[in-house]
Amino acid sequence: MRRIRRGHVLIALFTAALCVPAAGVGSGTATGSLPTKIGKGEGSLNLIEWPAYADKSFANKFVQQTGCKIHRKDAGSSNQMVALMRTGGGGGGGQYDLVSASGDASLRLILGGDVQPVNINLIPSWKKFVSVFKSPAHNTVKGVHYGVSVQWGPNTLIYNTKRVKPAPTSWAALYSSKYKGKITVPNNPIQIADAALYLMKSKPSLGITDPYELNKSQFDAAVSLLKQQKKLLKRYWNYAADEITSIANGDVTIGATWPYQTLALQAKHVPVKEIIPREGATGWADTWMLAKKAPHPNCAYLWMKYVTTPQVEAKQAIVFGETPVNPKACPFMNKIQAGSCAKYHLNQPLSYYNRIHFWKTPVPDCGNGKKDCMDYNAWQKAWAQITG
Amino acid sequence: MERKTTRAALLGWTVLVVLFLWTPLAIIAVYAFNSSNIQVWPIPGWTLHWFRVAWRDPDVRSSLWLSVNVGLRATGISLLLGTMAAFAIHRFRFFGRESISFLLLLPIALPGIITGMALNSFYVFTGISFSIWTIVIGHATFCIVVVYNNVLARLRRTQTSLVEASMDLGADGWQTFRFVVWPVLSTALVAGGLLAFALSFDEVIVTTFTAGAQTTLPIFILDNLKQGQQLPIVNVVAFAVILLTIVPVAISVRLTRDTGVLRRGAATVTAAESVEITTV
Amino acid sequence: MAVDARRAGSPLAGARHRLSSAFWRRPWLKAALLLTPPLAAFVLVYLAALVSLFVSSFWSVDAFTGKLIHQWTLQNFHDLLHSNGTYLRIAGRTIGIAAAVTITDAVLAFPLAYFMARLAGRRVRALLFVLVLLPLWSSYLVRIYAWQTILSHNGALNWSLNKIGLPDANLAYTNWAMWIVFSYVWLPFMIIPVFAAVERIPDSFIEASGDLGARGRRTFRSVVLPLALPGVVAGSIFTFSLTLGDFITPLLVGGNSSSFIGNVVEDFIGINGNIPFSAAFATVPVIVMAAYLLIARKLGAFEAL
Repeated sequence: MRRIRRGHVLIALFTAALCVPAAGVGSGTATGSLPTKIGKGEGSLNLIEWPAYADKSFANKFVQQTGCKIHRKDAGSSNQMVALMRTGGGGGGGQYDLVSASGDASLRLILGGDVQPVNINLIPSWKKFVSVFKSPAHNTVKGVHYGVSVQWGPNTLIYNTKRVKPAPTSWAALYSSKYKGKITVPNNPIQIADAALYLMKSKPSLGITDPYELNKSQFDAAVSLLKQQKKLLKRYWNYAADEITSIANGDVTIGATWPYQTLALQAKHVPVKEIIPREGATGWADTWMLAKKAPHPNCAYLWMKYVTTPQVEAKQAIVFGETPVNPKACPFMNKIQAGSCAKYHLNQPLSYYNRIHFWKTPVPDCGNGKKDCMDYNAWQKAWAQITG
Repeated sequence: MERKTTRAALLGWTVLVVLFLWTPLAIIAVYAFNSSNIQVWPIPGWTLHWFRVAWRDPDVRSSLWLSVNVGLRATGISLLLGTMAAFAIHRFRFFGRESISFLLLLPIALPGIITGMALNSFYVFTGISFSIWTIVIGHATFCIVVVYNNVLARLRRTQTSLVEASMDLGADGWQTFRFVVWPVLSTALVAGGLLAFALSFDEVIVTTFTAGAQTTLPIFILDNLKQGQQLPIVNVVAFAVILLTIVPVAISVRLTRDTGVLRRGAATVTAAESVEITTV
Repeated sequence: MAVDARRAGSPLAGARHRLSSAFWRRPWLKAALLLTPPLAAFVLVYLAALVSLFVSSFWSVDAFTGKLIHQWTLQNFHDLLHSNGTYLRIAGRTIGIAAAVTITDAVLAFPLAYFMARLAGRRVRALLFVLVLLPLWSSYLVRIYAWQTILSHNGALNWSLNKIGLPDANLAYTNWAMWIVFSYVWLPFMIIPVFAAVERIPDSFIEASGDLGARGRRTFRSVVLPLALPGVVAGSIFTFSLTLGDFITPLLVGGNSSSFIGNVVEDFIGINGNIPFSAAFATVPVIVMAAYLLIARKLGAFEAL
């Protein structure tokens, strides 16, 4: 062993400087001017999508027509989508072009500066959309559109027809000890709205009018209901495939779900049925949003234009198990699968949509002059305490 | 030395533990032939369909290729830096030596989620965009430690008098390295490198935090577990990887047994210390 | 291996000799050259990242936009300690299961490692080695998922139990399931260091103990166990740390009360990019592991690594 002089070692060691950068995450709020026409495709398109939102059965034609080769990043949850958009300094990090964000993520992306405004005049199908999806609160802020609605679906109640008798008609089934240890609900803070929706009808004295605008006492009531529910649950499901496995394997017989899971289970002959209970339901509506640092904006616009046309909307709806925002898709849906237009509630009047409370990020502004509603941070913290 | 009943009991225990280790792998193999894409038991039917799908799926190929790529780069970096660090710690006494050898253990002692988070926020702060290199750096942190530990363990078992003897015979530093040190080290490097590659290949937690739009094989598997349309593909892939790695692992176990200059003299000591270090 | 006399005369050999002597005379130069690249890489990247993570635990995020607010605050730590004890409960659960898994793996691994090291023939030992190492190469995710289906209501375990007339195990989506899966996945990491430690025990020690009149059990307790202990502790570093930081197993096989520290950390990063809160919670495993490492060093585990 040789002795080394201390001084030389110190020099060697501290040649590397430890510095904690003081600069924060870049913001960038300039909106710039919107494009007036779609330019030539850049040859590539990177999507963050719910699985099958760019399914080859309808996407291949797009690739042929435009030459924009699609690279898909499948996400299993809204939180994952937000996290992906925020990597690399935000705005999609220069890696992603489009994200199919649901209503519980879209406002977070807008206010986080991760998405840019979209010129809806470049999307001809937009004019035909069901009116509630043209400029919904979850993707249009102060008249500025931050994306194009694409599809929507309800959060339904699923149950195993062989094990759950009689057939449930109310969300109360998920809060009752009758099915203790066999229930599952999604692991998502937005679930608090589902509890609030149930309380809206079962405890009118609380005065809840909008399940996303809850003041402290309403919020606490919903949270305490969920804490009681926790003891009845088998588990919280994190990914759609998770829930499918749990139900298929008999660990869970009743729960909250999306039509995607119900269809997958029925296709494998698992005896399940889904309903929208009498209290109504929360719902999700997805928007294709354009990343602020999108490297291929022209291909992105071409995609948004393509995927909102009636034939493609119909195909995507049947493949995924959701409902188009373009009512012109109805005949095409019936052509692929007879009666599907009615099954997916596409031909309903506007009153139907008013029964569905679409996801939106909770903000302090209650909308009735009061500003004491709980914000998303509080929802998230409360949810961590419920599930922890 | 031990009584017969003790031997029998130990043998029985060994068999049970090995069965415990391998039964789930056998079940994975069974599910690779599952005709349904929902994992129920018993499986409804047998099919080779998923093998065909996996073979043709471009995502399987690209994620497999990316994992191999990342593994090779991370292993290369760690072989170089890990060996250098092991030499420095072994040969020289200096101020702070204990602390540095303690620090060098951190990447494997601290949970992967911390490494992942730390690197993630570091990249975000410094504006480094995510790419294959951010993944490689993340993997290199623990791969370096694996190689470092292996080489250090081997160096500790090597008689230092060999180096001095070589110098006495007139060899300079380079020749000593080439003719004396290298043969002793080479199998430690092979074993360390193989283990580092294995850890990088299967790493998922750090990778989820340090990857951008890149999909390594574990990320591909995780995505499939989440969406489940083609679940049996992941079983096919896992099954294929096990089959493919039987040979390299067997070779590495064999290789690390024949070596020369060791203090204890037992060839099996090499086999042990060369595969000692592991982490995720 | 003799020095090639012909080559010694060439100019390159001369330069090599001079360089080599320079290193011999100034050993610190060699040390510095050897040490600086790995250390620089390490310090610049890894330690800087850890420090910046720790620093960010004293910051906060804007509730809505997710942007970092660079203002010193202890709110994160306050929330951790209060919040109805939720995070304390989660931390306790994580550490508790990590400890249980460590003990389980030590118990499972020791007899096997002892057999491999002292009783098995060369061929059997090599075979056992391969059998223990190969599972590490199969995907960790797929193995966990296989356990999810094995333990599920209609899974292989209940199917086998029913076949021999036993009732269902009802292990799916419980903390017991997590304990089983963790013990399974980290077992090879415990077997290998314990094997290495047992193997290093010279035969002469065991014989001497016998000569002194100790029987099998006494020899085991007084000779084998203390000498093998560093190996067990070394293995436990891995099983403990790997369980402490995991979040995937709770997601796949956990039940309604199975959140780990890793899950909270991952949720808060994903939900709102709330890195400060996650960083604050992440200091718990760091402190636990740092303490564990210090104890392990005292017990000699670092030599057994």
